Amino acid sequence: MVQLSRTAQLDAAFAALADATRRGVLEQLGRADASITDLAERFDMTLTGMKKHVGVLEDAGLVATAKVGRVRTCRLGPRQLDEVTAWIDRYRQMWSARFDELDQVIEDMKQKEKERAQR
Amino acid sequence: MKNETRVERKSEREIVITRTFNASARIVFEAWTKAELMRRWWVPKSSGLRLLSCEMDVRTGGSYRFVFEHPAAPEGMAFFGRYLEVSPHSRLVWTNDESGDAGQLSTLTLEDLGDTTRIVLHERYPSAEAFEAAKGSYDGMPESFDQLDELLVG
Repeated sequence: MVQLSRTAQLDAAFAALADATRRGVLEQLGRADASITDLAERFDMTLTGMKKHVGVLEDAGLVATAKVGRVRTCRLGPRQLDEVTAWIDRYRQMWSARFDELDQVIEDMKQKEKERAQR
Repeated sequence: MKNETRVERKSEREIVITRTFNASARIVFEAWTKAELMRRWWVPKSSGLRLLSCEMDVRTGGSYRFVFEHPAAPEGMAFFGRYLEVSPHSRLVWTNDESGDAGQLSTLTLEDLGDTTRIVLHERYPSAEAFEAAKGSYDGMPESFDQLDELLVG
């Protein structure tokens, strides 16, 4: 794997996660290790296409691969994913908490309008 | 059942937040543009923070200023910027100037779907470095959001 600084690696991880297929591959590898051929079949892609996606994930440290005989097996990379999702999750929680309160404000507004209309 | 808040990182300097609200775009827009409404939700109780003041002059070229109570800043912590576009019930664009040139540009779009409104909040930072720096500020976010989750589940 290419050696990147921590920040650059995190950036690479975010870029890798911006793609739906690559997120799917990570989800899949979260359940079980798989060969590139397995992954290509599952995501209905050419072997070359899947190799590229796995390459991006590997550079970002999200996936690790090992060649056994003629088969390259992929598994989740160490730690990196947690770091990325943990941040996104905190961000999401902040907005989610805000919006849950906004729901309440909106309900009050609707209620007031209804009362006004009835008068 | 609460509507889901989705957060997606679009690029190395952009993040997009999506959510649906059970009201018309007119009502949702009002909640984002009237100070007396905004102050009721912008700083969730669960954050442990308190909004000290909230001034908003919502018109193109107008400015806003929020001041929060913060343990690290007894005099309060200010967040401020300018509204670049105000299109009633459909679009709101504002700057975030408290970090100088490193602040993000926020674009809120509202899509009226009849009884519900889908909002998309797009936050674009001037550079990947600026995004990285802003991201760091979330590392110290209070853990109380987790407590809120527990409260909601329980």
